[in-house]
Amino acid sequence: MKKNIRTLLVSAVSALTLGSSLFAQTKLLNVSYDPTRELYEEINQAFAADYQAKHGQKPELQQSHGGSSKQARSVIDGLSADVVTLALGADITAIEKAGLIDAGWQAELPFNSSPYTSTIVFLVRKGNPKGVSGWADLIKPDIKVITPNPKTSGGARWNFLAAWGYAAGVAGRDLGDSAQLEAAVKAGKDATAFPVETNAAAREFVTKLFKNVPVLDTGARGSTVTFAQKNVGDVLITWENEAYLALAEYGKDKFEIVNPSVSILAEPPVAIVDKNVDSKGTRAVAEAYLKWLYTPEAQDIIGANYYRPRDTAALKKHAGNLPPIKLFTIDEVFGGWGRAQGAFFSEGGVFDQIYKTNQ
Amino acid sequence: MSSRPANILPGFGLSFGYASLYMSLLVLIPLAGLGLKTSNLSWDQFRNTITNPHVMAAYKLSFSAALAAALLNGVFGTVIAWTLVRYRFPGRKFFDAIIDLPFAMPTAVAGLTFGDLYGYVPLLARTADAQPWTFEIYGLYGLDVRDWCRVTVMLTFVGLPYVIRSIQPILQDWDMETEQAAMSLGAGPATIMRRLIAPEIWPAWISGVALAFARGVGEYGSIIFIASNIPGLSQIAPQLILDRIYDPIDPEKKIAAATAIAVVMLIVSLIVLLLLNGLDYLSRRHRA
Amino acid sequence: MSAPAPVVIAPTDASVLPAHLRHPTAAIGKWIGVSFTVLFLTAMIILPAANIFRQAFGISWESLRSPSQLVEDVKAGVPRYFQVFRMPEQDSSTMARPERRKYQSARAQAEKTRSAIGMTLGIAAIVVPLNLLFGLAAAWAVTKFRFRGRTLFVSLIDLPFAVSPVVAGLIFVLLMGRVGFCGDWATKISWPVPTSLEWQGFAQSWIPLGFSNWQRGIIFTPFAIALASIFVTFPFIARALIPLMQNQGTEQEQAALTLGAGGWRMFFKVTLPQIKWALLYGTILCLARCVGEFGAVSVVSGSTDPNDTMPLRIEKLWQEYNTQAAFSVASLLAVVSVMTLLLKIVIEKRAAAQFSDKKQEAQ
Repeated sequence: MKKNIRTLLVSAVSALTLGSSLFAQTKLLNVSYDPTRELYEEINQAFAADYQAKHGQKPELQQSHGGSSKQARSVIDGLSADVVTLALGADITAIEKAGLIDAGWQAELPFNSSPYTSTIVFLVRKGNPKGVSGWADLIKPDIKVITPNPKTSGGARWNFLAAWGYAAGVAGRDLGDSAQLEAAVKAGKDATAFPVETNAAAREFVTKLFKNVPVLDTGARGSTVTFAQKNVGDVLITWENEAYLALAEYGKDKFEIVNPSVSILAEPPVAIVDKNVDSKGTRAVAEAYLKWLYTPEAQDIIGANYYRPRDTAALKKHAGNLPPIKLFTIDEVFGGWGRAQGAFFSEGGVFDQIYKTNQ
Repeated sequence: MSSRPANILPGFGLSFGYASLYMSLLVLIPLAGLGLKTSNLSWDQFRNTITNPHVMAAYKLSFSAALAAALLNGVFGTVIAWTLVRYRFPGRKFFDAIIDLPFAMPTAVAGLTFGDLYGYVPLLARTADAQPWTFEIYGLYGLDVRDWCRVTVMLTFVGLPYVIRSIQPILQDWDMETEQAAMSLGAGPATIMRRLIAPEIWPAWISGVALAFARGVGEYGSIIFIASNIPGLSQIAPQLILDRIYDPIDPEKKIAAATAIAVVMLIVSLIVLLLLNGLDYLSRRHRA
Repeated sequence: MSAPAPVVIAPTDASVLPAHLRHPTAAIGKWIGVSFTVLFLTAMIILPAANIFRQAFGISWESLRSPSQLVEDVKAGVPRYFQVFRMPEQDSSTMARPERRKYQSARAQAEKTRSAIGMTLGIAAIVVPLNLLFGLAAAWAVTKFRFRGRTLFVSLIDLPFAVSPVVAGLIFVLLMGRVGFCGDWATKISWPVPTSLEWQGFAQSWIPLGFSNWQRGIIFTPFAIALASIFVTFPFIARALIPLMQNQGTEQEQAALTLGAGGWRMFFKVTLPQIKWALLYGTILCLARCVGEFGAVSVVSGSTDPNDTMPLRIEKLWQEYNTQAAFSVASLLAVVSVMTLLLKIVIEKRAAAQFSDKKQEAQ
């Protein structure tokens, strides 16, 4: 009798732990950063329809959004994400370091595993009452700037580095031009010294800039809400896509976009969380999902949501919304995310030092 | 683990066993984990974590705003409790009933509507000028005045019922004859207040204030809708804990740091509640 | 975290001083006291609560001045209010892209909102009964018996009052996160969602019943949400029962036992009727807090949409530029909290009636 009970218990427990793998898994959790809610909502609906037509099974797609770092951390802590689509490579590298993603993820998909690019622009109130025309205006004493906290938000880190690059006098190039893009990539590969990191003028500029910041929300979306809904601040530094979305949500009569003279090329990467998909049995659908992001249909959705598609046809179609801006890459100026993260945003790094002197 | 021999009631083993098991599994063991994690830190690491200027500023904001809100509630709560018990006016029962709303209303809902409603009041608004308006007072030095006010107002809402509900029963059971006797002997209202009423209500008053304080220190859900979150100026301590938990670089180190920040908050709240129990004990002995 | 106000059993009408003994300043005192109370409570409680419904139904400030505007706002606002929870089906094939996008998004949003309501109710359905059992057991042990460590036991029940909700969430991340004490193990186990039990026939295994919905891991799943909710709400019922049961002593139960009643019979026939109102009161407070918990739940939910409870959904809607929807969901929670207050008043009346009956019997 006792033995029977024990057998029953053991089988119950093993049923509990193994039960899930008995089913063909098409439930996919995409853990992403803040401003992509609308993008992935649309992509998921289209992908689900496409996948069902091809494989006869409708995948169930789930979303999770928040500050990019927070999201990466949740995955490290055990959020069973199948794919991560984050704001910057450093956050995916952190997941890789935790042993959940295999090394070399960035080479698995085209364009360094980032299906689209974006950049950092300014959103100002209609009529541009404070006359903001570029970075230099942001440190004027009567200007209030809204940006999220770089410690928690990926977008904020791009903002920070864009401002730093400008102040350090980085020229930027027209990266829509493929020859110039190649040159930038090559410069990134060849560069060995990064004097920009210690540039005193840049440090002074960014320190002054953050003195003008009255609210540091934890994510890009929080900042947009602060700027647009609570009417705080004169300039919002944000993702290009987030700026256009705010125009679409609140109406073009409320805000306008100002493109800075130079900005940073943001390449938000995507990756499969290898450990999770292997134990859940979702690798096939996860791979199909990420590959699908490069299809013309997905690239069109990407362009329609104001991200810069990699696909030239989609880019041309939406070019009206995506004017050429002079850009620089993080590799050529800061030596990639590994270096930039350590120098600027680690504990006691440049950002912490700025806020110590700001007090 | 023995009940009194004279007690013939059954169920001690079952009820005590179940309650302790439940509490250990769901509360004590998880909480002990917090202690264990902190003990992984060396004393220097612990000190460095909590003396980081941003952490210190967050403590200053969380503790001082919670204290200010608790004291505000101490004053306003006494007036309101007094009014509700002593005076008859139309709508008294209604106002008496709604005092419990802050207990019942989810904090996120409260933060949402407060931010929407009072986001534009001059002292509370963010829009006045670009530069933070900071305190010059030692102890609050460096904190943003407007944010401090916003947080304090929010915490005043959150802790509103504690003082009122603590002293109301005492005022209600108050023996009017003593007061009448004192009055006929020529005592003025101030004397009555000081000599008769204050000694009677102060233990309950302090316990109400302390509970409101402990509640305010840990509040998070409502604050995120109203605070500006600037390091060193206007970040509350729970937000800093979250920033650490949410940092993907060096997760082990960051979670230890989060734990250290949390442990200090926990210790302060525990001390307040322990003092409270001690006070309760003293006042009962005093009465007996 | 709140010490529930004890059920007030004392008579509510305190006698006011007779006129000839009133101090000349009393009238001024009354005037100041009443106007302060009314103003303060209006600003701190009534206006914020009313504002939730104003925003939920999309009533603009201007409409407070012009009735025609008010009618217009309400006419547009009420259907929008219901669309937050259920977007009626339309044929989207003929719509232009922006309209179709808006429509599809609204449908998806409404579905997520409904799922959040379901999640909140489901969590409450698990948490409240467990805490009810705990409250009864703890109160019984603490009030009917003397034992060593009793004071410690009672203080431990108060512990969650000292813990910030964020710290409560952190504790569970520490314990069950991948970098936590249980390590990888706790993120690998799978468990079935009880509501997904269904008839699957004998094709897959010899047990015809099976679960269609399995969850992996503990942290960042509804499991963790339930645990965190238990952590922050478990004292409420015990706290409501202990003072009352303390006062009641043990004589009646002892009498029942001597008359030959068994333990459970004694509990259901003697103890339970005496404590039913306090029990109900504690349960309601526990429920209100469980439904509205934000901090602890937000830490352990992992921000995934299916894990959203109503308070988390409010934050997300607010961040998706959907103010009206955020306030609409908030209005449901506000209604719950107002109902909590109403129930509390009813319970107090009943409890007072029961109390005075007993007094009369005793006399």
